[in-house]
Amino acid sequence: MGSGSRWAERLLESGALSDAGRPLLGPGEVECQLLDGVDIEVVDSGVEGDPLRSGLLILTNARMFWVHQHSRSAFFLPLSSVSRISAPRKGLKSVFSSTLRLRGAAAAHSSVTLLLSFRGHASSFDNLVSQLGAVLQSRAWETLPAAAVNPSTASASTPSSHWNPSRAGVSGILRKEQEQWEQTDKNLQEAFHDLNALMGKAKEMVLLADKMRARLLTEGSASGSQQELHDLLLSVGIASPVTKESAGALYHQQLSRQLADFVGSPLQSAGGMLALVDVYCLFNRARGTELISPEDLLQACDLWDRLDVPVMLRRFDSGALAIQIKSKSDDEVVARIMRLVDDLRTGVGAREAAKCLGVAPALAKEHLFSAEARGFLCRDDGPDGLRFYTNFFKDAQFP
Amino acid sequence: MGDFKFPYFFDYPPYFTLQPVQDTREKQMQLWKELILRYCQHHKCFIINLEQEFPLFQNLSIQRKLSFEAREMFLAALVAEGKAEWLDKAHKKCLVLWRSIQEWSEMILQLVRDNAMEDGVLTLDEIQSGDESRGTELAGIDRFVLVRALKLLEQRGKAAMFKGKAGDDEGVKFSAS
Repeated sequence: MGSGSRWAERLLESGALSDAGRPLLGPGEVECQLLDGVDIEVVDSGVEGDPLRSGLLILTNARMFWVHQHSRSAFFLPLSSVSRISAPRKGLKSVFSSTLRLRGAAAAHSSVTLLLSFRGHASSFDNLVSQLGAVLQSRAWETLPAAAVNPSTASASTPSSHWNPSRAGVSGILRKEQEQWEQTDKNLQEAFHDLNALMGKAKEMVLLADKMRARLLTEGSASGSQQELHDLLLSVGIASPVTKESAGALYHQQLSRQLADFVGSPLQSAGGMLALVDVYCLFNRARGTELISPEDLLQACDLWDRLDVPVMLRRFDSGALAIQIKSKSDDEVVARIMRLVDDLRTGVGAREAAKCLGVAPALAKEHLFSAEARGFLCRDDGPDGLRFYTNFFKDAQFP
Repeated sequence: MGDFKFPYFFDYPPYFTLQPVQDTREKQMQLWKELILRYCQHHKCFIINLEQEFPLFQNLSIQRKLSFEAREMFLAALVAEGKAEWLDKAHKKCLVLWRSIQEWSEMILQLVRDNAMEDGVLTLDEIQSGDESRGTELAGIDRFVLVRALKLLEQRGKAAMFKGKAGDDEGVKFSAS
């Protein structure tokens, strides 16, 4: 990022990135399309500057991000400030790349024109352009901050300002409930008719799910169908799952970053290490739909080697796989185990190690095996199961 | 001859579990081989039968015992080192040579010299449990081992074994002067 790109800092807003290099989205903001290898430059606007080269363009329903992963810089343009998009004049540039002109208001300038160019496959760029068109048309950002869409207030019967006798008593309450359910049903039907509309309704769905869950929890365990509903609505989490569609060839990279972001807090509460199967379950549960396959998960983890993320995939000798916070070194774990294994009369089993290290027993066992393989511990296979002792064999001698 | 003194690590449970890690296992084997030899020497025990209980291979106070696999492995290691021999093809009976046959034969010669029997005759029984051998290591020697040692002396021309008259024990005539 040279000094010639200062215009970007003046005209565009700086976007915040997560630890794994993904832009932080606002409430209700959903990613629609990603395209890698896009340049942005400012033209015809009385502003001088070098183009922003080869970044990742992320289109959401409210903003357009340009992210340069390597230098961890990100800029965005709110779509609300875009007034016009057009195909460029035929020129030398458009022969070698696909381009698009964006006109809008930015910073102190009432009218600024940005030129996006992309040197890859024209069809990917065309996809982006049509998505951009759709998003600009839907103007989703207008409804976003008003996030607390309450189905009950959206119901057909507006609460009247003066008291209506038909609302009195138990039948009144029941009627109100009935109307709310009908509206909910209508919402669901509308939503499922059009998948695009569903994505827009996604925020509403999340709130609805939360409400239902809260209600089910307070009502206690009811009939079987309610329990089913409860299970279905259980963990609605990530509102913007990175899908193969929106990220194309970038799928694994973006997934990898999203996974790295997600796994941070569960790792902390699990003492720094989680079995890969547990991560698979947690991640998919949070995604809700657009579940990822085990292979996708493995590939996403393998990509971490190339990305600068604070987590790593750990392969144990036994073949078990786990995800670990990078800072937890092996030596530290061994040192903690050795302090525990003081007593040569009882040794240490998986359960005590798990408690001491703050990880699941299965992982504690892996740590014990690992320390044994390195010569710090020896094992006792007795009637109480497998227990580990300091490796006294090393210095043992006949007195 | 007092009670056998077990080493301190005999009371550590891992001592009785065959260690999977190579380096640790080798150290464990070294300790067990040495222990077997010392124990057998103390108790004048020559034969270990894998199909029977052998008091050395368990520690009741910590409730641990060596597995069959471990016992076989440690004895086989002794055999490989030349400090023991299998007495059967099935490798179930093991002769523990805490003294080599060579050493036994030297001890017999020493006995002969100490008792001025360089040209004398002794029955095998006498060598095993007679007055001459009382107080020496030869007392209580296994018959099989004794015969092997004497055969070695025969090869060197220092002795000649013979069968006694009907009902009499085998004997050996020395020409060790």
